[in-house]
Amino acid sequence: MNIFEIIGPVMVGPSSSHTAGAVKIGYASRKLLGEELKAAEILLHGSFLATGKGHGTNFALVAGLLGMKEDNPLIPESLQLAKELGIEIKFGSAVLKDYHPNSVLLNLTGTNGRKLQVIGESVGGSIINIASIDGLRTNFSGENPTLIVHNKDQPGHVSEVTSMLAHKSVNIAAMQLYRAKRGGDAVMVLELDSEIPEEALHWLTKLEGVEKVTYYSCTED
Amino acid sequence: MAFSKISEIIEASQTRNIQLWKVILDDDIQERKVTEKESFSRMEKMLDAMLEADKKYNPDLRSQSGLSGGDGAKLEVFRKNENRLIGTFLAMVMEKAVKMAESNACMGRIVAAPTAGSCGVIPAVLLTYLEEKKVEKNRVVEALFIAAGIGQVIAETASISGAEGGCQAEIGSASSMAAAALTYLENGNNEQIANAAALAMKNMLGLTCDPVAGLVEVPCIKRNVSGAVNAIVSSQMAMAGIKSAIPVDEVFETMGRIGKLIPACLKETSLEGLAKAPSALVFS
Repeated sequence: MNIFEIIGPVMVGPSSSHTAGAVKIGYASRKLLGEELKAAEILLHGSFLATGKGHGTNFALVAGLLGMKEDNPLIPESLQLAKELGIEIKFGSAVLKDYHPNSVLLNLTGTNGRKLQVIGESVGGSIINIASIDGLRTNFSGENPTLIVHNKDQPGHVSEVTSMLAHKSVNIAAMQLYRAKRGGDAVMVLELDSEIPEEALHWLTKLEGVEKVTYYSCTED
Repeated sequence: MAFSKISEIIEASQTRNIQLWKVILDDDIQERKVTEKESFSRMEKMLDAMLEADKKYNPDLRSQSGLSGGDGAKLEVFRKNENRLIGTFLAMVMEKAVKMAESNACMGRIVAAPTAGSCGVIPAVLLTYLEEKKVEKNRVVEALFIAAGIGQVIAETASISGAEGGCQAEIGSASSMAAAALTYLENGNNEQIANAAALAMKNMLGLTCDPVAGLVEVPCIKRNVSGAVNAIVSSQMAMAGIKSAIPVDEVFETMGRIGKLIPACLKETSLEGLAKAPSALVFS
């Protein structure tokens, strides 16, 4: 741990996992949606459900979805802010088998109609893990720029994506592949050392067999 | 790389003939690839955030659970009352510790040091020192580097997480870090700084994490006070020349071993301890 993980972070309390971590999950999910939020269904699981209210987990998740960081003093007012912005927020519970006790399932709808389902885990301290996107398991923390490509499980898509990254001189820090079944839906998650240019992302969406491109940028909004 | 022993930091300080805090700053420069100025000013920002959080304490705020709020204001009144037993310095430390921990419980902005639950200990000691002793602000930033270095070693050899090591890993660590920082401000030498950290941690060994309803409120808020006061008395013992019979690195390792032995029901699961007291169950 570096010294600013010891003295720091600056955050809105009371809990690094249930408050700061929850803000980060909301923030990452909003980035993954890639457009302004229109509606969110927030389904809490485990300890998030059991002790979330006392820890302000609800406010924290919504604050993150509105683009706030974990040190934003407006976090406790996020529900009111969402209401004023006309964003529809619904809370509920979910039983998420094989996920961390501090987990939440988010069903998000953007203003341009894009839909995204995310399961986020707060795994300790204020460290998070995005554990599922649109029903397929993933595993990334949002500390690096991350590219998520949903595609048909066919040969060649990995090389298309990695060739593009090589062409743009973007180095891959970690890469994971998942598929629902052979020839079915597949997803690749690539954590990167630098950002991908906008036009390259656009190019990816045009490829045959690529169904959805989601990008988590680490640049500030 | 982070240091895994206090003795290594002290040795580096002696062989390179630079102060302890500078060894820790230099390590940060290397680890995060930043300049000295960047590292120092980031730590200064942490101090500024602590000062702001202290100033912004709101006595009217209550936590979501309704368990906490307003006690910082009571201690402020108490501090201003001349009939109290303890001196102004200690009274102010108590007040600041509760205020910060209550702000955290009421969703105020704080600095995790090392955790949110123990966020009151270090600022209680250092902000009071800054205010009462009229020391230069940069000296307090340097003291924060000392605290951070101690915390880093604790995280490396034991733990700073209540779920992993119990409260000794949170309030105990914060208290040990604060004791070392305060000893530096009091011009203690490296050995005295190490002894203060060791004495403070020894007084906190075995402390469980059994919060009521799983919330960072009871007993966490008031335990920030005992952690801060313990830091002061431990530092004062070290300044008087008292040595810890068990060296600081062995004390930290011991805390780690005890942490593993504490059963899971007493490590932030609220399955036992205070969380199971009849009056606690009302809030679960």
